[in-house]
Amino acid sequence: MRRDAASQVGGGGGVLSTDGAPVVAAGTLLRIIRLALKHPWRVVTAFLTTIIAANFQLLIPQFLGQAVDHAHGLLVGGGASVDEAQAALLAAALMLLGASVLRGIFTMLHNYIGESVGHMIGYGLRLAYYEKLQRLSFGFYDRVHTGDLITRGLLDLEGVRMFFSAGLVRLVLLANLIGIGSALVISSDTVLGLLSLSFVPFVAWRSSVARLKLRRMWRLLQERLSELSLVMDENMGGIRVVRAFAAQGYEMGKFDTASDRALDMANQRIGVRVRNTTAMTFAYFIAMGLVLWFGGLKVIDGQISVGKLAEFLAFMTILQMPVRQLGMMVNAFARASTCGARLFEVLDLVPTIRDAPDAPDLKVKEGVLRFEDVDFAYRDAASDERVLRGVNFEVGPGRVLGIVGPPGSGKSTIAHLIPRFYDIGGGRITIDGQDIRDVTLESLRRVVGVVQQDTFMFTASIENNVAYGDPWADGERIARANRAAQLHDYVSRLPAGYESLVGERGVSLSGGQRQRLSIARSIMLNPSFLVFDDSTAAIDAATEQRIRAALKDSTRDRATIIISHRLSSLMHADEILFIENGSVVERGTHADLVAAGSRYSELYALQLKPADDEEG
Amino acid sequence: MALGCQTTANPARERPPRAVVGSQVGHDEQMFGAAFDGRVVRRFLSFLEPYRRRLAVAVGSVLVYTASQVAIPLVIRHAIDKALIAGISSELMEFVVPVFFAVILINYLTNVLQEIIVGRVAERVLIDLRRAMFEHLQRVGLSFMDKTEVGRMMSRLQGDVNAMQEFLENSVFAVGDFVLLIGIMAVLLALDWQLGLLTLSVVPILFFVRIVWLPYARKSFVRARETVSTANGALAEAIHGIRTVQGMNREGVNFDLYDEKATDNMRANLSSSKFAQVMVPIVDALTGGAMAIVIVVGGSMVLSQRLDLGVMVAFLFYVQRFFDPIRSLTMQYSVMQRAMASGQRAFEVLDVPLDIKDKPDAQAPAEIDGSVEFRNVTFGYVPDQPVLKNVSFRIEPGETVALVGPTGSGKTSTTSLAHRFYDVWEGQILVGGIDVRDMTQASLGRHVAMVLQEPFLFTGTVLENILYRTTGATRAGVEAATRAVGAHDFILRLPQGYDTPLEQRGSNLSLGQRQLLSFARAIVADARVLILDEATANIDSYTEMLIQRALARLLEGRTGLVIAHRLATVRTADRIIVLQDGEIIETGTHDQLFAQCGLYAKLYSMNYSSFDDVPDELVCQVLSSASAT
Repeated sequence: MRRDAASQVGGGGGVLSTDGAPVVAAGTLLRIIRLALKHPWRVVTAFLTTIIAANFQLLIPQFLGQAVDHAHGLLVGGGASVDEAQAALLAAALMLLGASVLRGIFTMLHNYIGESVGHMIGYGLRLAYYEKLQRLSFGFYDRVHTGDLITRGLLDLEGVRMFFSAGLVRLVLLANLIGIGSALVISSDTVLGLLSLSFVPFVAWRSSVARLKLRRMWRLLQERLSELSLVMDENMGGIRVVRAFAAQGYEMGKFDTASDRALDMANQRIGVRVRNTTAMTFAYFIAMGLVLWFGGLKVIDGQISVGKLAEFLAFMTILQMPVRQLGMMVNAFARASTCGARLFEVLDLVPTIRDAPDAPDLKVKEGVLRFEDVDFAYRDAASDERVLRGVNFEVGPGRVLGIVGPPGSGKSTIAHLIPRFYDIGGGRITIDGQDIRDVTLESLRRVVGVVQQDTFMFTASIENNVAYGDPWADGERIARANRAAQLHDYVSRLPAGYESLVGERGVSLSGGQRQRLSIARSIMLNPSFLVFDDSTAAIDAATEQRIRAALKDSTRDRATIIISHRLSSLMHADEILFIENGSVVERGTHADLVAAGSRYSELYALQLKPADDEEG
Repeated sequence: MALGCQTTANPARERPPRAVVGSQVGHDEQMFGAAFDGRVVRRFLSFLEPYRRRLAVAVGSVLVYTASQVAIPLVIRHAIDKALIAGISSELMEFVVPVFFAVILINYLTNVLQEIIVGRVAERVLIDLRRAMFEHLQRVGLSFMDKTEVGRMMSRLQGDVNAMQEFLENSVFAVGDFVLLIGIMAVLLALDWQLGLLTLSVVPILFFVRIVWLPYARKSFVRARETVSTANGALAEAIHGIRTVQGMNREGVNFDLYDEKATDNMRANLSSSKFAQVMVPIVDALTGGAMAIVIVVGGSMVLSQRLDLGVMVAFLFYVQRFFDPIRSLTMQYSVMQRAMASGQRAFEVLDVPLDIKDKPDAQAPAEIDGSVEFRNVTFGYVPDQPVLKNVSFRIEPGETVALVGPTGSGKTSTTSLAHRFYDVWEGQILVGGIDVRDMTQASLGRHVAMVLQEPFLFTGTVLENILYRTTGATRAGVEAATRAVGAHDFILRLPQGYDTPLEQRGSNLSLGQRQLLSFARAIVADARVLILDEATANIDSYTEMLIQRALARLLEGRTGLVIAHRLATVRTADRIIVLQDGEIIETGTHDQLFAQCGLYAKLYSMNYSSFDDVPDELVCQVLSSASAT
């Protein structure tokens, strides 16, 4: 049954935004910075070590230049002796070695500490995100795309995590290198200083523009690649249709169209990347050529020494890489602000279904569940079309209530309201007189077991799957539940028995076996209220019969609700509700309803007696 | 933002013994394979063949590019020695500067050339390889596809092919790195072999350090990757299984378990960044060491006039450059390992034998009469375990035959064979009087349409799905088809009518609606013969009525072979074939079979709405009692 997605999101109740253009949002970045500041010592150390590393690096060209001059000193006929010159060379070499080693050590430290802050932020966000997702209500999940939620938890979280090291720390590094570096070179020779810095603005600009552009293109490319994957995936998933219609040629055509689109984008992207990286290198070399040209003239004029020229050239070498990486920093800022916005959007949601403040635990005394004039509508359904209108019923221990009706009549919704997966619009649902909205969710859900229509198998052993609701259960209890659900024999015959893995990579269970496992999972918890939400459709009638018989003993203290479109599943119920358009239109026992000769009896005729007047 | 985790697990309780989150299965099985596999490389080279010329140009540009990079310090050296020290400005202006700019122009142009060519060819080769695999899979027999998980095949088509692309791009650049390294070494030795040797003495140290470091570092990187994918797997599971998680109150337990995974991941990340960063001071120290050697030894040589100053400066520039190629070359090892493993898996796909092929002289008749005949057909999936045993029957043009029988009796195999999804072991199958093996698969597909039990829809609009591969059908033709099966009305009610896009294989439609669309698709394909596997359970009685009516319209004027589950369908068929254990045990009209009092009559009289509802034990009872009589 398809539900029209309902907004159950509190705090504005807005729809989760789809991915927008990268806008650097100060608020989001501030919030990430606040997260980083939870590790104040690391943050301070990261910045300090960054500054130290940058300044040690800036020393290297000076020592190089000095060394060249010392070596050159005698040739130009200075007064120093060979011994003095050699001593000076040794000193310059040692200083340079020292500066290199220290620069290396501090670089290691700032990289490591910077990344560690990121990993810690990432860890905190992971947990917060996971916890939030566990608490958000069904209405939220009806509306959002699960793939989108996963993307937020993976890629967006990564974008936020990287911000500290790839964004902030790099910013400090670049500011220091370029700032102090410029001051040093310009003060030592204005013209040469400016020339050697001349590539910086161009490279910085190209690198930032290209990064942002490449990121957009990367996303487009991913989209096109996933279109291609979809073609391949569907082709193989629907291989029999493809073969049956001899559509291989058609499918190859689809593949070629999709792959050409992807290739086109990939080539464009290569074009952008190559144009920019090569232009950046070229600009750098041009600047170097200019320094060589004008610096060379100055050396010839005797204005500066060869060592000084070497110093400028070495300075440029040092600056080249960090400036080229400016784009990465800009990208880190852009990415962090979009990713952060997307992640925080989920983290800030307030689950609509949550415990009331100081809610007590539910206390089950008699075990009577009552629906009183229950109205319900999925919140953002286009019209305010109510899915349930004024539904009343009561079911107590040892009793079985059957609910039947056409598809979309609202019968499955009832199953979702009892454990309070959704909140009702009007009326109330009570258990032994306590409104289910006034008690804790945990205590409510502990006594209500819903065997759901679509069963989720966790990638784990069968044992773990059955014991999902009570992972402390002993093997005997698990086996007992399996026996009752008529699954024990099958499981025992598997080579690994209860240890067999199910889920994506494990043994594949048939639809009926999955439903049986789901039943075992619920009855193992021995709930006071057990709801079967169309959960025996794939189980053959005889097996269902045996399950019912096996459950007979334990249902004495339990209220059971069976929702089904198969009448054989619920004919035996103490009371049967026939639901249509959200209202109970008929109620009574099977015999009553058949005798009444209305909706229910029509359905009965259709299902159990192959009618002869159908061909017409 | 507070970590608002109200864990519900009782802290006093021990860790739950039977609880896990996420998959516990390891992921990276390819980390420790061979780094070179001659067969894979040779095979891969054949994909490069069409781009031989362009790649030659690319390699040529890489060489020129590298040479120009090596040349730059040489130009600087020349400037210092021949112009600056000598004080000759004309040498600087007329020779050094023009040469420098010429060199960097060449550097720029060859850089563009190599990057563009390598990037584009790599993309192209990737597409070619993927296309070859995909096309091959289009022709591979279903007996192979049945055994293969779609997800696995996809990971070969995507991940493995991508790894090959990475390998291709890297290997061209690795050539560049290698040439650069050799070039720098050669120039250093040529400029001054003694100083050159002394300076290069740091290279073996770096190699040694990296070789010691690599296995540990790689283990740590792999661990970081594994823990992140485990944690992500657990997150995905939490999202997919949220309804069960909340229904079963597992939030608290799961949070604690997830915390373990997230903590593992954080630890692994910290350790891998430690490993990555520890190389930084080592490389820096070695670079500093090499420069110090140049300064002390080279400087003294300059002082004693045994070395030109320019050479010393050139040495200093080269030293700063030669660690990069070493670093990227040692990184190639793991790329190669990955590529070899991936290549093997990708080529395995291409090596799946084609068991069903068109004969060279296969016919493609424009029209056929619509008869279907099985002549002594024996067939199975596993050798010595025939699923069909010597089955013979003939369906006249226009006739509808219902196939009935318990699970495993061979119904699905019969229909699959009529479409030549598999080849028979013995006997032959004729469609329109022609052996299916003598017809082209394309023409068989045109004359025989098929409706599967599980309707499969593709991403696209409703209209595109109904047309599917049929070309030349008009919109009116489509509407006639949808009206016939009773789908027109609900299609019009969709937000964009026939142009409504189907989400995730039609999950925005009900099962019954999808069924009707697949009927319409079969009508539009307008084949003479229709094979239909009727949907079994999970359809409510209302939808079923609609489908019954549609079915009747679908079969009008066509030869029909229907695997029937519904008694209503069975009774309207012209003839019924009852299969049991791969043999035909009864055949005739409903009335005839009913009068025979065989399996069919017994099953029918049990008053189940569908044969699939009949419990296995009952079938056994009926069969044993039938064979006893």
